Amino acid sequence: MKIAVPVDENNIETGVCISFGRAPYFLVYDTETKGAEFIENTAAQSPGGAGIKAAQMIVNSKAEVLLTPRCGQNAADVIKAGNIKMFKTADGSAIDNINAYVDGKLSELGEIHPGFHGH
Amino acid sequence: MKIAVLSGKGGTGKTLVSVNLAAVGKASIYIDCDVEEPNGHLFFKPTNVKIEDVTVKVPVVDDALCTGCLKCVDFCGFNALAYAGGKLKIFNDVCHSCGGCMLVCPENALTEKDRAIGSIQNGDSGNVYVYSGFLNPGEPSGTPIIDRLIHENNRKMVSMTFIDCPPGSDCTVIDSIKDADYCILVAEPTLFGAHNLKMVWELVELFDKPYGVVLNKCQGGDNPSEAFCIEKGIDILGRIDYDKELGELNSNGEIVARVSEKYKAIFSTLLENVIKEARHGTTVNIKR
Repeated sequence: MKIAVPVDENNIETGVCISFGRAPYFLVYDTETKGAEFIENTAAQSPGGAGIKAAQMIVNSKAEVLLTPRCGQNAADVIKAGNIKMFKTADGSAIDNINAYVDGKLSELGEIHPGFHGH
Repeated sequence: MKIAVLSGKGGTGKTLVSVNLAAVGKASIYIDCDVEEPNGHLFFKPTNVKIEDVTVKVPVVDDALCTGCLKCVDFCGFNALAYAGGKLKIFNDVCHSCGGCMLVCPENALTEKDRAIGSIQNGDSGNVYVYSGFLNPGEPSGTPIIDRLIHENNRKMVSMTFIDCPPGSDCTVIDSIKDADYCILVAEPTLFGAHNLKMVWELVELFDKPYGVVLNKCQGGDNPSEAFCIEKGIDILGRIDYDKELGELNSNGEIVARVSEKYKAIFSTLLENVIKEARHGTTVNIKR
């Protein structure tokens, strides 16, 4: 199973990025192969709709789970349509959170914010 | 002649100035481009009002034809489309109505439909044709309504058109002033007011619009907005005092120039100054 996490840097020690849509990278971890792949988030520089495009990248990555501190409404619509489960990250690095998820210690992301859409 | 009235923040007196200038002129057009909260109509109380919906085009997908090739998703520069769970999702409020997704779809699965985002209401009020734009609550962009307001207006022939702009200096203001021959910047006598004046001053400079400033709510003493005008050599078209009587009339929805000779005189003088400066500005001072 693949698990996606928005992250600040493209190395394995990276922390979780506080933003989903505008995270610089996504870490996609495969629990079967134990392999980690970093995807550059091309949505990060979008003037608008970054969450939608970022969510499309998660769908395309074939991840089944997304670990994120928060998620906007539009992005959440795409993630849910893609049957991807969302869990809320806790303190610690991206890998810490992936391990916490595997151990069943993370809870589902309940609160979806309406987005920070400017003009 | 088209005169746009703008300011860096709300509440400085754009509507006071534009409504009263239109009221003291001969046959005039007043256009309320502050489509998020239009209030000029509350003063003019126009009659014979005609209401027209303003719509934008948004794509509609035929799920039976869509193969999930993602060509439209990749094409959309605004990220208004996503394909997940075997279906194309369309985010109408992110869409900018360019129609590109329909062109790139190899299956002809996309067509377009109209989506109402607001309305234009026009009517008569004495010497003034009143046009107001109304953006529906929750809609992200009023620019399609402003575009319609500005172009719709070209049908009527009058000597003076006053454009009441949205506050600030964003793209809705740019749209509102793009066809204007002259800009009036309304400013308050505070440091905050001077800062907001500087924002719109930078905008009109950027667009090479001739302009002048009306100092509103003057109380004597320091006026940072006036100091800014002097420092930059900006024409001051007029001063309106901080005045309880004017404030009361205005807050009761009265057009002060229509109910009081005193204010009629103030705005008539201001209009003369504006016309004089605008003629000067458009003939002599095309490029600043």
